[in-house]
Amino acid sequence: MSEAKHGPDLDTPTGQTTTGHSWDGIKELNTPLPRWWLWTFYLTILWAVGYWIAYPAWPLIASHTTGVLGYSSRAELAQAMTALEARRDVQSAGLRQATVDQIAADPALTRMAIARGRAAFGDNCVGCHGQGGAGGIGYPNLTDDEWIWGGTLADIELTLLHGARWSQDNRTRTGDMLAFGKLGLMQRAQAESVVEYVRSIAGLDVERGADLARGRQLFVEHCVSCHGSEGKGNRTLGAPDLTDAIWLYGSSRTVLVETVLNGRAGIMPAWAGRLDPVTIKALTVYVHSLGGGQR
Amino acid sequence: MASKALRGLTSAEVGAATTAALLFFVCLIVAGMTDHSGYAFHMVIFTLASGWAFFTVINRGFDPESAPPPRTIDGKPNYNMGPIKVATIAAMGWGIAGFLVGLVIALQLAFPALNFDLPWTNFGRLRPLHTSAVIFAFGGNVLIATSLYVVQRTCRARLAGELAPWFVVLGYNLFIVIAGTGYLLGITQGKEYAEPEWYADLFLTTVWVTYLLVFLGTIWRRDEPHIYVANWFFIGFIVTIAVLHLGNNAAIPVSILSPKSYIIWSGIQDAMFQWWYGHNAVGFFLTAGFLGIMYYFIPKRAERPVYSYRLSIIHFWSLIFMYIWAGPHHLHYTALPDWAQTLGMTFSIMLWMPSWGGMINGLMTLSGAWDRLRTDPVLRMMVVSVAFYGMATFEGPLMSIKAVNALSHYTDWTIGHVHSGALGWVGYISFGAIYCLVPWLWKKERLYSDRLVEWHFWISTIGIVLYISAMWVSGIMQGLMWRAYTNLGFLEYSFVETVEAMHPYYVIRALGGLLFLCGALIMAYNLWRTIVDPAVRSVAVARQSVPMAAE
Repeated sequence: MSEAKHGPDLDTPTGQTTTGHSWDGIKELNTPLPRWWLWTFYLTILWAVGYWIAYPAWPLIASHTTGVLGYSSRAELAQAMTALEARRDVQSAGLRQATVDQIAADPALTRMAIARGRAAFGDNCVGCHGQGGAGGIGYPNLTDDEWIWGGTLADIELTLLHGARWSQDNRTRTGDMLAFGKLGLMQRAQAESVVEYVRSIAGLDVERGADLARGRQLFVEHCVSCHGSEGKGNRTLGAPDLTDAIWLYGSSRTVLVETVLNGRAGIMPAWAGRLDPVTIKALTVYVHSLGGGQR
Repeated sequence: MASKALRGLTSAEVGAATTAALLFFVCLIVAGMTDHSGYAFHMVIFTLASGWAFFTVINRGFDPESAPPPRTIDGKPNYNMGPIKVATIAAMGWGIAGFLVGLVIALQLAFPALNFDLPWTNFGRLRPLHTSAVIFAFGGNVLIATSLYVVQRTCRARLAGELAPWFVVLGYNLFIVIAGTGYLLGITQGKEYAEPEWYADLFLTTVWVTYLLVFLGTIWRRDEPHIYVANWFFIGFIVTIAVLHLGNNAAIPVSILSPKSYIIWSGIQDAMFQWWYGHNAVGFFLTAGFLGIMYYFIPKRAERPVYSYRLSIIHFWSLIFMYIWAGPHHLHYTALPDWAQTLGMTFSIMLWMPSWGGMINGLMTLSGAWDRLRTDPVLRMMVVSVAFYGMATFEGPLMSIKAVNALSHYTDWTIGHVHSGALGWVGYISFGAIYCLVPWLWKKERLYSDRLVEWHFWISTIGIVLYISAMWVSGIMQGLMWRAYTNLGFLEYSFVETVEAMHPYYVIRALGGLLFLCGALIMAYNLWRTIVDPAVRSVAVARQSVPMAAE
């Protein structure tokens, strides 16, 4: 365990000499650089220099070396996008001219529109409407035949283009479920009463002893203007049918009372301007094809 | 009362006490005036810490036994191991916490319900908590402990300063508490690996500069003609991290009463600064620093000379020269100008051999001692660590090539790459070093159990393999799914479909993380028993019971 300094000595297992230093007992061998290591290092440097000559590489005072290949990643992207658009256009030229009704009438165009629509739906719509358009609480299911704003091709296209309650678009779908409680139009007891009535016309169970006549009277006073005297709804106002088994926010008493007292005003963005017209047509046909499309 | 005499404060103690007192009042006032509850909480922590520091320093002045210890005793260096012991224990504690949070976020990715819809447990806050806990809390304490140990032993000199090393260790860990609780409370400047806000950054700066001064001061005092290679790497690491930290955190606080600040860089300059910092956090914190550890602990444990002195010089200088350029490869195909992307990529390729120089020197040091791998699980852990280093530093340059990056970027492949470096290289070299350090620091003749080290080694190796192979498969699959087009020219898969496809790999990854965590728990138990179990004899006792051997 001598800590004394000594000169270089021979390391038997490797046959190398040491450098003659020792730090806390650690010595270092005089092994030369491995040849393969050195040559590979030189090779990577050579390759880098070659790359600098070929591509934009070194900054100068007000610009940079551009490289002999004249490469630019922006140009590369533009080229790739143009090629992709061209490929799509060849296939989908018919979509550009045709209206949604014409597309739907032509099986070849429909196939193309569904292919394009499916891709666009995956990237833009599934966040809210779910994969396959099955929706969720607050986000309509697009595969059934209950439509808030209408389920014909024209209705769907209009909703896609301008959205619902999308304030930046003046052709957007409008019509709110009022917050009857917040606006002072109904007390909680009244809301509970009207909810019992709504549950009765929807075929849901009703609390024993509930005053359905009072509920009916409140419904006539406050609800029929949008939801209709039968509660069948009104698509121009986005007022849903209250007599079927489909509920956007849920049908429990708690949720319905909350809906009546606080209102609802779900938003769908307008896609005109964000997606090109052909994609919107394709999306229209795709959504229409999901199961609930109406004539 | 009379038994305690004021021995007189040293000038360092006067300075430290005055600073602590000033900090105490400033933080107390800010804590009282701010209307940000998280910031007030941090200021209260600083107030308590500086108050404690003040009284502790003053108390020393009344303690006649706390006179500055001699630098040497009987001609042998009187090493200062107290702060190193604290940093070693802190490393192990933070490591387990960091691995645990990693497991939690891995499970959150597989089962999102585990976010619990609470702000402080959601993935967005826990992920930086995990990265910072493992890199800075675990890795940082390992680096501080080993560097302060190695610099003393290889310079044959006691650490410079008496209060300063304690300030480095305790201050650094205080910074970690501030950073970690900040993430949970939502205090962040939103820069990867540099999330802590301005006041935490300022405090860390003072700690780090002290660290540099302690390190250089110890080298200055050395009783060896040359500076050992491990110390070059430690100096490279400490100096560069200081520069990176200052550059990337240049920010203007909204007010002294607010935790919020704005970075002075903007747009692509900010992005470039961020990844210059981010990549060199990997290059200098997780590579250069840990190479310093390798250069001491592997030859020491293997009892073999370092393979090549020349290689150590050449790869040290080429490594630190190349690494600092490689940051732009994190910004391929972004708004970063093409020329900068080119430089980032080409320097990453040129970095391959300098990195491998370290691997060669680590592995080939085993020449003549390969048989030790069978019998010494600690040495095996460190050698496997170097193998992972070699693998990760081949994969890194590969992924920096733009054509490869186009596939790998933003996918789990990156996560797999990082973890082969983090779990394999950084984790294992740290475990190896701590397994060596604990018996040395607590003067024990051996670890409590080599069998437990074997268990740790095998359990965590299986964990690492599961983790990185799951991420390779999932990452490459993800990249391929993102770029898959139908024959009509439309994207084949929606994003959500790629997420769905990754689910099984996320589960496998979480399992890998669980195994790695189990290994670390076994390690902590083993270390604890090594320290406290009387069955593990201290070195002094062991020496007495053995008949005097020939020196």
